[in-house]
Amino acid sequence: MLSYFLRRVAIAIPTILLISIFVFALQKLLPGDPLLVLAGEERDPEVLEFLREKYRLNDPIPVQYITWVGNALQGDLGTSFRTNQPVTELIGQKLPVTIQLAVMSLIFAVLIGIPAGILSAYKKGTLTDYIANIVALSGLSIPNFWLGIMLILLVSVKWQLLPASGYVPLSEDFWLSIKTMLMPAFVLGTALAATLMRHTRSAMLGVLTSDYVRTARAKGLSERKVVLKHAFRNALTPIVTLTALLFGELIAGAVLTEQIFTIPGFGKLVVDAVFNRDYAVVQGIVLVTAVGFIIMNLLADMAYFLLNPRLRSA
Amino acid sequence: MSVAETTTTALPKPENRVWKKFRSHKSAMLGGILVTFFIAIALLAPVLPIPDPAATDWGAVRQAPSAAHWMGTDEIGRDVLSRMIWGAQASLLAGVISVGIAVAIGVPLGIVAGYFGGWIDAIISRCTEALLAAPFLILAIALAAFLGPSLTNAMIAIGISATPIFIRLTRGQVINIKVEDYVESAHAIGLPTRLILSRYILPNALPPILVQATLTIATAIIAEASLSFLGLGQQPPSPSWGSMLNTAKNFLNQAPWMALYPGISIFLVVLGFNLLGDGLRDALDPREH
Repeated sequence: MLSYFLRRVAIAIPTILLISIFVFALQKLLPGDPLLVLAGEERDPEVLEFLREKYRLNDPIPVQYITWVGNALQGDLGTSFRTNQPVTELIGQKLPVTIQLAVMSLIFAVLIGIPAGILSAYKKGTLTDYIANIVALSGLSIPNFWLGIMLILLVSVKWQLLPASGYVPLSEDFWLSIKTMLMPAFVLGTALAATLMRHTRSAMLGVLTSDYVRTARAKGLSERKVVLKHAFRNALTPIVTLTALLFGELIAGAVLTEQIFTIPGFGKLVVDAVFNRDYAVVQGIVLVTAVGFIIMNLLADMAYFLLNPRLRSA
Repeated sequence: MSVAETTTTALPKPENRVWKKFRSHKSAMLGGILVTFFIAIALLAPVLPIPDPAATDWGAVRQAPSAAHWMGTDEIGRDVLSRMIWGAQASLLAGVISVGIAVAIGVPLGIVAGYFGGWIDAIISRCTEALLAAPFLILAIALAAFLGPSLTNAMIAIGISATPIFIRLTRGQVINIKVEDYVESAHAIGLPTRLILSRYILPNALPPILVQATLTIATAIIAEASLSFLGLGQQPPSPSWGSMLNTAKNFLNQAPWMALYPGISIFLVVLGFNLLGDGLRDALDPREH
């Protein structure tokens, strides 16, 4: 098992290296000089030259790349051209906000997606199954930023139940923090719930026709026990793996959700950086999310092993 | 010719079987109708009796839906219905062209990687994995930002971001197909590789690619709306559903209809492509259900 993981980690390394090359090339290929943004109105050649030296833009490109990767490995992703803050520090500040959003969305997704998936598999071919499928497909087809806008219109503007935007740190006021994040998390969660429901349904369908489920029924166990204890436990493995893989969707969804609810998180950081042409920040974010995704993949693999005793002993 | 005709009457042609299965699939037909409807209004936009989508009317700012303006007017008095219809063009174009780019790059690379294997497969596969590691929308946003905001650049950005999906899918298909007997016999009779690829490999790899393309059009339309919503896609004053929503969110209180219709349209057209894709998958699946 250990050798399997070491092999997986070994495969991940060239992938991460390639990503770093892509991310680096992105900036080099772009038209325009980021320094002109930084220098602002001041186009004094001496100033530009000074900045060029400072950011080591006069070095040959491979040298620049190696310097960049070397620094990145030490946790230095450069400095934001805008705020002059280290990119790592910026990401570190924004990440907890997005993690709170992500965790709350996942809770919504699991609470809606998994029971719906189990029910629809159990009642396969009936009206319930049909409706659950239509709802899930609709969930996948609704642009979540529009759902956010509509919820703001109803819940905040019309009924005035929840705040329309903003963010309160958990440490400051726990309940207010949860309350403020409720609507964004629901918006992001529903999109994930749809994916989760479809995966749960197909995993359950595979398990419900298996021999041990028939045996459990033959033993006279209650349907509830058969479905939840015998079938669902076995369907859980692929579901857990797939949940880990929803990470990418979560981060991408967070970009739009945070934009709508003006939540100062990771996603808003990306959008602001893009508009400010703050390339060091954009590069840092793409690199961090990609590496995060690879780590989630590895964790998913590990969970797959841990949940399946047959694989564990092999 | 006559021989071929007699066999077709004896055995239903595979295309007929697929069509029959597809037609009996109610949700897929609904998807087809939705997609056809939006394509029709997008194509008919220039001839429909609707006002100029860019014509402003300061005397009719943010008017609620009425007989004169079925979907109301926006913040500078433009007719929302007309902008919706012209916006359909931007959305569909973005969906189809970006997926076209992804297929045009992804499928050949996937065929090469799957068929030839070895180091060329290793290089293509590692690059694909690296690209897949960046979340689709983040990649598209980063690319669109670096290319500069415009509808064309948004399509390129979405197309490139969707390419790895097609590389991986095609590669997997080709690896399964190339060991089939009919490919081996094509080898045995000495057909050049170019012909084996175009006559035997590609046509057999195509059905799942077609399904994936339909589903990816749905994703691409949402991605274009998202980019336009963020201001990275279609630029004003040209209409696009995403940018209409971007403006609309500032007038939620006074003019909720501005936000309602573009969202419903995105939802319906994306649902249409999703239903169509699901239906195609069932219809093209040679195994009976």
